[in-house]
Amino acid sequence: MTDGPLLDVRDLRIAYTTRAGEAVVVPGVSFQLNAGEALGLVGESGCGKSTVALSIVRYLGRAGRITGGSIRFEGRELTTLDETGLRAIRGRRIAMVYQDPMASLNPVMTVGHQLMEAPMTHEGVSASAARARALAMLAEVKLADPAAVMDRYPHQLSGGQQQRIVIAMALITGPALLIMDEPTTGLDVTVEAAVLDLVRELRSRHHSAILFISHNLGSVVRVCDRVAVMYRGELVEDGPVRRIFTNPRHPYTRGLLDCLPTLGSDKRQAPLVPIAGQVESALIRSPGCGFAGRCAHVEIGRCTSRPIPSATVREEPDHHVACVRADELARWTRRSGADIAHEAGGPREPMVVIHHLTKTYEPRRRGFRGSRAPVRAVFDVDLAAARGRTLAIVGESGCGKSTIAKVLSGLEVATAGGVTLDGVEVGALAVDARSPALKRKLQMVFQNPDSTLNPSHTVGYAIGRALRRLQGRAPGDLTGGVARLLEVVKLSPAMAARKPRHLSGGEKQRAAIARALASDPDVIVADEPVSALDVSVQAAIVNLLTEIQAAHGTTLVFISHDLAVVRYLADTVAVMYLGTVAELGPVERVFTPPYHPYTEALLSAVPVPDPDRAVARILLEGRVPSAGEIPPGCPFATRCPRRIGAICDETPPPVQRFGDHRIACHIPGDELRRLQTDLVEPRTTGR
Amino acid sequence: MSTPIAAGTLSASSPAASRGRTLRRWRRRIALLGESTPATVGIVLILAWVALALLAPLIAPYPPNANDMAALAHTTPSRAHWLGADHLGRDILSRILWGARPVLVIAPLAVLGAAVLGSLLGLAAGYYGRWIDLVITRACDIVLSFPVIILYMIILAHFGSSAWNIIGVLTLTKAPIIARIVRGMTLDLREREYVAAAKMRGESALYIMLVEILPNARGPLVVDMCLRTGYNVIIIGALGFLGIGLPPPDPDWGGMVKDTYGMMMVWPHMALFPCAAISSLVVGFNLLAVGLRELGLRD
Repeated sequence: MTDGPLLDVRDLRIAYTTRAGEAVVVPGVSFQLNAGEALGLVGESGCGKSTVALSIVRYLGRAGRITGGSIRFEGRELTTLDETGLRAIRGRRIAMVYQDPMASLNPVMTVGHQLMEAPMTHEGVSASAARARALAMLAEVKLADPAAVMDRYPHQLSGGQQQRIVIAMALITGPALLIMDEPTTGLDVTVEAAVLDLVRELRSRHHSAILFISHNLGSVVRVCDRVAVMYRGELVEDGPVRRIFTNPRHPYTRGLLDCLPTLGSDKRQAPLVPIAGQVESALIRSPGCGFAGRCAHVEIGRCTSRPIPSATVREEPDHHVACVRADELARWTRRSGADIAHEAGGPREPMVVIHHLTKTYEPRRRGFRGSRAPVRAVFDVDLAAARGRTLAIVGESGCGKSTIAKVLSGLEVATAGGVTLDGVEVGALAVDARSPALKRKLQMVFQNPDSTLNPSHTVGYAIGRALRRLQGRAPGDLTGGVARLLEVVKLSPAMAARKPRHLSGGEKQRAAIARALASDPDVIVADEPVSALDVSVQAAIVNLLTEIQAAHGTTLVFISHDLAVVRYLADTVAVMYLGTVAELGPVERVFTPPYHPYTEALLSAVPVPDPDRAVARILLEGRVPSAGEIPPGCPFATRCPRRIGAICDETPPPVQRFGDHRIACHIPGDELRRLQTDLVEPRTTGR
Repeated sequence: MSTPIAAGTLSASSPAASRGRTLRRWRRRIALLGESTPATVGIVLILAWVALALLAPLIAPYPPNANDMAALAHTTPSRAHWLGADHLGRDILSRILWGARPVLVIAPLAVLGAAVLGSLLGLAAGYYGRWIDLVITRACDIVLSFPVIILYMIILAHFGSSAWNIIGVLTLTKAPIIARIVRGMTLDLREREYVAAAKMRGESALYIMLVEILPNARGPLVVDMCLRTGYNVIIIGALGFLGIGLPPPDPDWGGMVKDTYGMMMVWPHMALFPCAAISSLVVGFNLLAVGLRELGLRD
């Protein structure tokens, strides 16, 4: 090995050939990575993060090309290396971990064989030696019973376990550089926290450098020493984690931090500030700052006439920023929840009441003698959403939160118990059986922006059709209504003529909200409406929902796995685990002790973009039992870090009531309060 | 249907602007086809045959059924008969040109019929599931399990052979294949959120199937229809060859081969030219299908 940085990227230029011409995706990026160091690469989607990572191992595909600059790795130039040379480096010296673990694992090979493959082919190690190393590696990534895992196939493992295996596979050859591209994006919060802590720990043990790509600033803080912020293929700011997160100098970095909801504040205390506009196309580039079009501090001329050089921040030699106005901008302060303004107004009458709701599914029989034990998705749930307020339902995947949304909307019917909507019982009514008035009352916003709008129809048609069906408008009388609805969701009326494929994710979600608003509903059920969006867009959509609620008095049932968004938006929160409600109460009460042990674990797992509070304090062991094997006692007993004994396994927990705050746990509330510390203490001083 | 009109009024201020936009869109689509070599070649072949068929009355040198006794002495290609004459002294070029007309009507019409019937069956099976799916799928399997040519022979022998009967038989036997394709796509598409949104505004099942689901299945469907049209050209030829195609004496490519293949050793041109006509048209449809799939994958 030579002296100097392990990886030295200089003036790297990457272009893609598209139908519309050559698009310069990365106009010039330089950064260094020293041995054993972890660099986080952050930015919105479409900013070229993954492109840079892929170019290092030259996996750009047919359309992409490196058009200039150099990538030196361990002193060797990678941009001109031939296939044989690349093969020797890929997998052995540079390993990659991608977002979807299932795509990296071969479904027809056992985990053990896949792990042994790399040492055997790259190092010519014997099978038995490779096996020993695989076992050791599985133990290192903290999989219980490595010997048994070796003989399993990928589909027999959970998502978190699969990602651990992929990490084990990447590290088994002892690579000098590990590239991780959104490695925890598809995982549940608690699993994500465990994987991030694992990466942190393995890094210190293996001395591998890490290039960590993520759109989640919180997870970057947990893993990295340095952060580089990317916008439109350029590094706009880079420096040590602490400097970037406490003294961001570039308006884009500040924008990313400001649009992130935090656990300590809600909509009344510190509104989110979305970044205006969206990532612009790579086809058109002005000579100046790439961010100028969206920047609130732009000065036409100075910012837009010539390329912006990267400069060192005053008094911070290891902190660089590419902004001509960086020194003129005031010091950034974290949005603070200090001035708590309490919501006025007493309790309101309930709009949606869920009482003893149970939903079970009859599984399809497998073969002739398969078991037909019904699967319990939701069990005996009691919830209420007050008129004009927001009820949030949080929990990890498989907790039954989406099932509740489906029963509310009539896409499924209740097995037992029921739902009343403005006093009318609808739990047993499928949507076809509901009267037009009931259909108008409740509409839904869905999760996936790519499937929420029909790709064959224009936005105007989708919204107009809803107006016709739900408001009984005549076909000729739709234009005005559509334009008005588009205006409510802050889209231009010209969007009506567009097909969904010409819209960005955020625009699609806005159009879907406009469609839901067409009936002027009293209740909007939003099932993970922002989880597929970039943080900047997420903030705008969350703000939009808040505004609509304020203007129309709409009741919002907001389903999410993101506690920070829930903290920001909700009035009442229900935390669900395995089909039951673990904790329910007003948002301030749920987010302060006493917590249900599950809420406590969830809160401590939330990645917080604050270097001072970066480590998860409580890690959950084991996996979520499947809905078919729910424990007879407390559903959470199998993973509970505060389990007190056999009583947890055998007896369903009592529901303890503290006013309007409910916790289903065997541990008395006072005892919980004594054991727990506040995980979301409101910050009283801005920094 | 009134729905597209509603969309039209929304998206455009005046009908003229809307027409201009439609025109531009079609021009863009045609330009797109030009990006794929197979599609270009396929389109050229098909359009050439369509033009020849349309112009047959003008450009065919002889009436298709006229016997030229003089040509009988000398049937091979000559200045008078460019592709030669057949055993009855009829001009082969004229007969091929006229023969293109029934094929180019029957093959696409039969595919259209099969697409309509198959789509409805596939949509119903995929959307409703359960016993409806079971009945439709099994019925399709039964039709598909018959040896097709024998099935044609039985049906056409029973009902007599006419253009309409051929279209009917081809529709019935091709519909199950299309039904399967559409069913598979419906199973996937019915889970989309826009279908849930349609249910929530109380749309009928028929609307959801035809307006929300079917348009999104059109890509693979169009490719398949192209392929099926080519196959239908082959089957029409085969039926003519078996003598259960279009009734004589009007020219029919398969029938021309049947009448003359006995003389292959002496006058191969009599059978080979109609064969070449059949294969060039089939290749045209296949290339177009390949090209469309290629373009579909790239989007």
